[in-house]
Amino acid sequence: MQRRCLIDRLMQGVLLGSALLSVCIVLMIGLFTFLQSRLAWQSIGPVAMLTGTAWRPGSGRFGLLPMIAGSVLATLGSVAIGVPLAIGCALFVAEVAPAPIRALVRPAVQLLGGIPSVVYGLFGMVVIVPLIRRIPAPGNSGYGLLAASIVLAVMILPTITSIAEDAIRAVPREYKEGSLALGATEWQTIAGVTLPAARSGIVAATILGIGRALGETMAMTMVIGNSVVVPAPLTQNPLSIYLSPARTLTGNIAVEISYATGLHESALFATGVTLFVMIMVVNSSAHFLLRSRSR
Amino acid sequence: MRRVSVILLLAVVLIAGCARATPTPLAREQATAASPVTEPEPNPSPTAEPALAGRITVAGSTTVQPLAEKLATAFRAANPNVEIVIQGGGSSVGVKSAAQGIVDIGATSREVKDSERTEFPDLVVHRIAVDGVAIVVHPDVPVDSITTEQVRAVFAGDIASWKELGGPDRPITVVAREEGSGTRDFFQEHFMKDRDILARAILQPSNGALRTAVSTTPNAIGFLSFGYLDDSVKALAVDGIQPTEANVYGGTYTAWRYLNMLTRGEPAGLARAWLEFILSDAGQQIVTAQGYLAVKR
Repeated sequence: MQRRCLIDRLMQGVLLGSALLSVCIVLMIGLFTFLQSRLAWQSIGPVAMLTGTAWRPGSGRFGLLPMIAGSVLATLGSVAIGVPLAIGCALFVAEVAPAPIRALVRPAVQLLGGIPSVVYGLFGMVVIVPLIRRIPAPGNSGYGLLAASIVLAVMILPTITSIAEDAIRAVPREYKEGSLALGATEWQTIAGVTLPAARSGIVAATILGIGRALGETMAMTMVIGNSVVVPAPLTQNPLSIYLSPARTLTGNIAVEISYATGLHESALFATGVTLFVMIMVVNSSAHFLLRSRSR
Repeated sequence: MRRVSVILLLAVVLIAGCARATPTPLAREQATAASPVTEPEPNPSPTAEPALAGRITVAGSTTVQPLAEKLATAFRAANPNVEIVIQGGGSSVGVKSAAQGIVDIGATSREVKDSERTEFPDLVVHRIAVDGVAIVVHPDVPVDSITTEQVRAVFAGDIASWKELGGPDRPITVVAREEGSGTRDFFQEHFMKDRDILARAILQPSNGALRTAVSTTPNAIGFLSFGYLDDSVKALAVDGIQPTEANVYGGTYTAWRYLNMLTRGEPAGLARAWLEFILSDAGQQIVTAQGYLAVKR
């Protein structure tokens, strides 16, 4: 009896230790990134950094707006493509698919989450970029936001699908039965009852997907072009903004950190802080939504 | 089964705890036994030929880095007790860290600037290789020659179609390196002068990535270190001069720079031995095997 008690205590301590350690690591990384970026915030100023449109470290100009715009647009694009796909996938797996097909589709989608980022980038570079290049528009090189959005959409698919599927499965059986009993067709039931009931879970899944998309780096630097410009439409059609090359916040750090010293380096850490804050806002809103759903 | 593993785990934790609190004689014995092996011999045996041993650190240009790795590997093959640690950081880091004695040798793919010379007067420059910068295009571009003026106009965005360079009427896709790259710095200084590379240019973060981008993008143009030239891209003649080794040596192809190693004061000991190896025939053969040009001496 006493020995079991000891083991329990000990294991409790070990588990507490590992939990505390991971909290410490998060805090330390946050603190370190912030401290390293202080020089930039102080000597350039937060307003000039966050609203400046020119990033030319060689001439001392550090505007992050092009990268913020690039990250936000690429993420929006990936959500526009990826979320409908993911919800369709989740609905199919949770509601429609017969068991054998479900057993095939589900692991296939989850497998997407295990493919390394650089492989997605390579795929994007040799398959998607040449396809996009065929769209006739002046200055369209194939590299740009559209290629980035498509690659990102595939990358966030597994995250969104699995959480959305859980949310759909959590809809009480009685709701659906009630709807079917009233004479609604299967599709009417899905569109009118299941989806609205699972709404908050699907929204939370989307937000987690956004967090993942914002943080993606390697694949992005390979397909987005990395040009430091605030993206603008190439033609009359406003959607052609997605053919414009861009640079993401993550890509800004990855591309330049090996050369950076002094203020430049600090400005890259400030890029990291900006990203950190954006992702924190996105993730905590997902947690908030998930919690309000479980209540 | 689970019970056994829990007990085992407990035992491991307990033993680890004991060992830290009161070192057992066994542990102490092991510690003393291990120390002479990890520490270097205090007095190497005074034989006739003192073998080289020790460690040198190198930091700086990422263009020089892969070459330096090869040169270090070859040097270590002959002197197994030598350790050469090579870090990147860029040419500016190479200058600073060598001048401040943070590393033994700094690497740069550009000349030491005047401002750096006045700040660090005791830097000694060792030229270890010559690297040309070629203007490359996608292999399907039917243009073979370009002038310096045209290079500047294309990369500044004034010329947007291959038609103006004698090709078909197709838009030019400009590919460049990222800000801070030594190759970009050189390109800026040699070709662009006071013009900026257009903001819309596709930027790639390394010579290799740039080559891939140019070779897979029709109508693309970029600039590339000689060390990375291959059949996947077409190198253009600049002002009628082909970017070849002979033309660099002959003085007609002018877009080239030295790759340098910097030391604070005259190098001594290991650093000196390694630099001598680099400038020896064996070392310079490695330089040419990597696609760079040997330093003319």
